Amino acid sequence: MAAAVRAAECGTRVGIIDDNPAPGGQIWRSAAGEKKPEEFMHWRENLDRQPVARMYGLRVFDQPVPGILFAEGQNGHFELHYHRLVLATGARERFLPFPGWTLPNVMGAGGLQAMAKSGLPIRGKNVVVAGTGPLLLAVAAYLRKHGAEIPIICEQASWAQLARFSLVLLAEPQRIAQAAKLKRELAGVRFAANSWPTAAHGHDALESVTISHSGKTETIGCDYLACGFHLVPNAELAALLGCALDSGSVRVDEFQQTTVADVFCAGEPTGIGGVELSLLEGQIAGFAAAGNAEKARELFRARSKAQRFARSMDRAFCLRPELARLCSPETVVCRCEDVTYSRLTRQPSWRAAKLQTRCGMGPCQGRVCGAAAEFLFGWKCESVRPPIFPARIESLGRPELSPETTAITGSQP
Amino acid sequence: MLSVKVNGTSIDVPPGATVAAAIAIAGDACRLSVTGQRRGPLCGMGICYECRVTVNGVAHTKSCQTACEPGMDIRSDE
Repeated sequence: MAAAVRAAECGTRVGIIDDNPAPGGQIWRSAAGEKKPEEFMHWRENLDRQPVARMYGLRVFDQPVPGILFAEGQNGHFELHYHRLVLATGARERFLPFPGWTLPNVMGAGGLQAMAKSGLPIRGKNVVVAGTGPLLLAVAAYLRKHGAEIPIICEQASWAQLARFSLVLLAEPQRIAQAAKLKRELAGVRFAANSWPTAAHGHDALESVTISHSGKTETIGCDYLACGFHLVPNAELAALLGCALDSGSVRVDEFQQTTVADVFCAGEPTGIGGVELSLLEGQIAGFAAAGNAEKARELFRARSKAQRFARSMDRAFCLRPELARLCSPETVVCRCEDVTYSRLTRQPSWRAAKLQTRCGMGPCQGRVCGAAAEFLFGWKCESVRPPIFPARIESLGRPELSPETTAITGSQP
Repeated sequence: MLSVKVNGTSIDVPPGATVAAAIAIAGDACRLSVTGQRRGPLCGMGICYECRVTVNGVAHTKSCQTACEPGMDIRSDE
């Protein structure tokens, strides 16, 4: 949103392609009728004032030649022409496998929050929240506000790591306010550091979770387990376009330009850093893509500050090695193809695993199991082939230009 | 509230609810895995494909990213 607004303010013709049904990505997803965050309203109102073409429910799956993207939606497929591109593809949660993690009602932390915002009833339900990162607290607070019971929040980081991180928080007034608000909203909720799930139990669906905390184990009855281990960049489209990546993040220069001419990238795909950093990077990318280097430079200092905070988050919440040893031999690692842990331990690399077991070859194309396998086995799980999302056969053929796309189609080359 | 059909049963959902929410309210799973395990949504944001169901005849529709519409016909693996 930020990139589109700034580029449009510079007089460029702008179009947004978003695979979600509404703007705001994951962070500003809200339930119908719920009050929207101020920051979101600010950007939404700005966006509404600009003549930006917006297409929702549309997913880019291929680039046949530079300057053209193929996208698919529920009801059709489109050919999109562009001169400059800003990628703001966000991030997804990292899921780590453990026995029982495939049971219905075991979800990501952001995942359960997204479901709750989309109509999943949680009032009166017991939800164990586990994993790592400030997201756990935000999720627990949201669920609790909407009537869920939170028996415990399990953070895998140590108390020492958390203490160091809270010192960083105290350096910034608005973050102190955020932290104080969360503390109020979570008063009385049990919080354990050095803590993680070791097994989920249930027959048709989740019934209880066993957690380890400081060497002790405990089994807790629950309806949902909201469990996520930090975030992973959605860098697949950037990789498809030929952009260089550094350890899974898209490499960009100070103007958020990637290694591919005319392609910019902003937000989590350039490195997980939170919403403030994403908004700054988005604006810089928008200005830069529109050719206004001067306005982009004005935001460099604020961006550096936000980047420092992001780096301290990474240090505080880095994953402990015990999390790589939770699987039993029969624990499914690749959910799309039901490939178990024991079958993968015999493989020397991600590529061998794909060839021999089909791990990573299913619909999610390794978005879930790849991030897990990198942590479990130390494999490098990069390699992208079009279509980067499953697409209908008719979309892979010659797409038709529809009237809606001509609004954002530039002049024909 | 609007009304959709999940595996033949009429389910009422609030406006703006996703198909995934409707399936959860119905108590059904979204799909059976290749070895027959019951599965439901994991990521809630269109990444994992565990939530895919048939909506109005269109197979492999991601229920977590699809808003319910009155009279929608939703069929999961069960």
